[in-house]
Amino acid sequence: MADEHNMRRVTAIRNGTVIDHIPSGQSLKVLELLNIARDTSVPVSLVMNVPSKKMGSKDIVKVEDRELTQTELDRLALVAPDSSIAIIRAYTVAEKLEVNLGKEVRNVVQCTFSNCITQNLREPLPHRLRVTSTDPLTLRCHYCQRPQDLDELIHNLL
Amino acid sequence: MKGLITMDDLTNEDILSILDDAARLLPVARGKTYLPLLEGKILGNLFFEPSTRTRMSFETAMKRLGGDVVNLGDVKTSSVVKGETLFDTIQMVDGYTDIIAMRHPRQGAARYAQDAARVPILNGGDGAGHHPTQTMLDLFTILQSHGTLEGLTVVLAGDLRYGRTVHSLSHALVRFGCKLILSSPELLRMPTEIIADLREHGADVIETEDLLGNINDADVVYMTRIQKERFADEDEYTKVAGAYKLHDRDVANVKAEMIIMHPLPRVDEIHPSVDSTRHARYFEQAFNGVVARMALLCRLLNIEVPAEIHGGEA
Ligand SMILES: [Zn+2]
Repeated sequence: MADEHNMRRVTAIRNGTVIDHIPSGQSLKVLELLNIARDTSVPVSLVMNVPSKKMGSKDIVKVEDRELTQTELDRLALVAPDSSIAIIRAYTVAEKLEVNLGKEVRNVVQCTFSNCITQNLREPLPHRLRVTSTDPLTLRCHYCQRPQDLDELIHNLL
Repeated sequence: MKGLITMDDLTNEDILSILDDAARLLPVARGKTYLPLLEGKILGNLFFEPSTRTRMSFETAMKRLGGDVVNLGDVKTSSVVKGETLFDTIQMVDGYTDIIAMRHPRQGAARYAQDAARVPILNGGDGAGHHPTQTMLDLFTILQSHGTLEGLTVVLAGDLRYGRTVHSLSHALVRFGCKLILSSPELLRMPTEIIADLREHGADVIETEDLLGNINDADVVYMTRIQKERFADEDEYTKVAGAYKLHDRDVANVKAEMIIMHPLPRVDEIHPSVDSTRHARYFEQAFNGVVARMALLCRLLNIEVPAEIHGGEA
């Protein structure tokens, strides 16, 4: 199977997380999103633009010795809402997780509008973006109601 | 409904019923009858940017109904300058008052304040966002003149890009099935996302640079001020803005019941010769700010406006 072949492009990991079905070219954003890019102590393998039955082509990220938390999964939904996540323990899939974008993204990312009340980071109420559509993904700030630019949004992670 | 942040907080039914309350409160607003419906209640006026008109109008509305007002005071000397968050300011005022009217330079501030407060918030303008109490007084003015809000032809003219007044109003008019003619210079057209939104709601919207060619079929002509600062130089401004002015000779062939509105202050969009025509409605519109806000204060404080109020003609 093509998928198994893809998985063998990089070595299997003993413990950690595999994020599969990332849209082609988005894996670097995923690393940024999960703050993995800056953490030099974590071994990371990256596969880009491999064939996929489901998506045409896709990226895969493997992170060793780290299991993603629910908060991190919520962040992932912003760039790779259809990705599938496997938690690996002792070389086997211990858990399969789904990325799930609810009705609202809370305290994950800051509104992109420069004159929004939430620009003052000392304001204590949560940052709230409402999901107005999932395909394509569109978000609006709960407070200023401005539609959000997804490319810009990645740089506003909290 | 807790507070009034955007017009979406009100159904069409709510709007008509509040405007109906406002009509009955007219003799109270004019000082012909004293009706202390809000005695013992305190309004907190939180204006984080200057607005003499809106602030005075809230204050007058509250006092005409026997209520009291506390003011934030000059922002330059208040705790806001010392770096207090909006959240903390609201916590304090929330404890002192029964309802808060606020204006803030940042968009979304009113929604934020409502999330932080126990008392209802009346949004008096948040950045380029919403200004629903202005929309309510505009609708009241139209309803008083035409007896209905349904199916009117409304020309909105001048600066349609930056004016939050016309944004809120156009949304509301579309909900009542009005036809909109948006007349502005190319540079100051209504933002495309707002027009898309209006059309999505089934609105009949026409964009044009022509004003005078469109006023003869109109029921309402809503003028706004074009600011010099929007243009590269004075010549460009003079050339462009000149097409968005009304003189009494321009209204010779309009419908008899057509009304001319303006949120004021005006500069020279409306020539003083128009003031004495039967169409001028902008001074009445400004006065209506008081009565519309009286009705809103009562509604948000759950105080019923009596079905009959005596004292002078309404
Ligand atoms: Zn915002």
